[in-house]
Amino acid sequence: MLSKLIDENGIRTDGRKLDELRPVKMEVGILKNANGSAYFEQGKCKILAAVYGPHEAHPRHLALPDRAIIRCRYHMAPFSVTERKNPAPSRREIELSKVIREALEPLVMCELFPRTMIDIFIEILTADGGTRCAGLTAASLALADAGIPLRGLVSACAAGKVDGKIVLDLNDKEDKEGDADVPVAFIPQMNVFSLLQMDGLMTAEDYKSALSIALQGCRKLYEMQIEALKKKYLETKVEENNQ
Amino acid sequence: MSTTPHGSIIAKILQDDIKKLANEGERGDGRAFDEYRKIKITTGYVEKAEGSALVELGSTRVLAGVKVEVGTPFPDTPDEGVLSVVAELLPLASETFEPGPPNENSISLARFVDRGIRESKAIDLKQLCLERGKKVYLVMIDIYVLDHSGDLMDASALAALAALNTTKYPIYKMVDGQPVKTEERKTLLIREYPISTTHAILDDKLLLDPSIEEERATGTFISFIFLEDERICAVQKNGLATITEGMLFDALRISSEKSKELRKLLFPRGDVGGQG
Repeated sequence: MLSKLIDENGIRTDGRKLDELRPVKMEVGILKNANGSAYFEQGKCKILAAVYGPHEAHPRHLALPDRAIIRCRYHMAPFSVTERKNPAPSRREIELSKVIREALEPLVMCELFPRTMIDIFIEILTADGGTRCAGLTAASLALADAGIPLRGLVSACAAGKVDGKIVLDLNDKEDKEGDADVPVAFIPQMNVFSLLQMDGLMTAEDYKSALSIALQGCRKLYEMQIEALKKKYLETKVEENNQ
Repeated sequence: MSTTPHGSIIAKILQDDIKKLANEGERGDGRAFDEYRKIKITTGYVEKAEGSALVELGSTRVLAGVKVEVGTPFPDTPDEGVLSVVAELLPLASETFEPGPPNENSISLARFVDRGIRESKAIDLKQLCLERGKKVYLVMIDIYVLDHSGDLMDASALAALAALNTTKYPIYKMVDGQPVKTEERKTLLIREYPISTTHAILDDKLLLDPSIEEERATGTFISFIFLEDERICAVQKNGLATITEGMLFDALRISSEKSKELRKLLFPRGDVGGQG
């Protein structure tokens, strides 16, 4: 088979090695109105996440007596992809909103805020593969920025199989033309997975390799998330002390 | 928007009981942890459908119907037929289902079944092209959940596959650029039998093919779809809780074995309804 996504030196179309993440940029607290927010760039992906709450649940019948409920929306801007995307939620976005919410639920200490609601909004401004994971990583930062008590952070990253090789953090071309995509969300503090999906074709051994390389990616992203939070909060503290 | 579900009401005493039993290595209905309930497949259940199957998994009942029509292909796949999977969680199937348009649960169920059929290339969509870029066959699978007693993922995937496996569709001929239905019918060729296996995650225990009580007590699931050559074509975790790597690999191993058993039992090669 003629390899077209990975060259003979094991270099990918965008110049990365097999186990290399795309360049990442994270910034916390960039929206004025939201209680918590984050901007996240991963390669060409540009993502905004915002958190509102905990606030009164409305409509009220949604409230739960023993915990806060989480409302989550993953949404792609019409201009985020090559062909304009209809802004109405697609079946894909509805499913992703669900799996992203389920990946964040174990993190949030919902039991501390009974009868309230926490809103999480993820907007994909530019999509280039791996947006559900990038959205999750951003949402986790926004939750921390909102000051909501958390059990840890979610770090999410995809791995996959491209040209018969296991690679980390697929870009759009690799996702579309590759053999398999394995999005993973990991909570380092709890040492557990909170999102696991896969589509494509791979052996169980390949799946395990993909999972382990994705885990390495998640751990790297986690370090960067911590740095991004420190950058905002430690600097703010230093400024306050100087005044 | 996806909102934390209100969850099904389950008596605390029943939930505790299920956990206690599991810790003693037992299940409420006497099954082993890695044992399926009784499976019954009735094909050709709906005469008007091109293919259909009623799957009974214990008292869970799922009916799948296949309709084949002619329509236009997607612009990015001009020489391929179109596959669509829609799932309906009928209000008559459970006190927790409400009438209305598909919600996140029915959409994610349908998308999981779709992934199994699509990624495994169970049907050859290239064979379903009438005229490149103009007319192709549309294979529409509708999954009707009739009675929800647990493990809809596996029952639905099985129903869809069994329905496809017995599908005979009318052949169309292009006459003056228009598709015309002929009297001839053709058997839809099935190349792969992707089998879904689901475990409920109950603390540190894995329960294969969870019953409705077990589903309500755990609320978290891990599903795999395996092919005959032991490759995986879909993975999906559902629910509010998390899973450790050790349990994930256990589930992977058991699923791989169980899917082989199920395939052998339900779809022995060369001896299947529509494919014989």
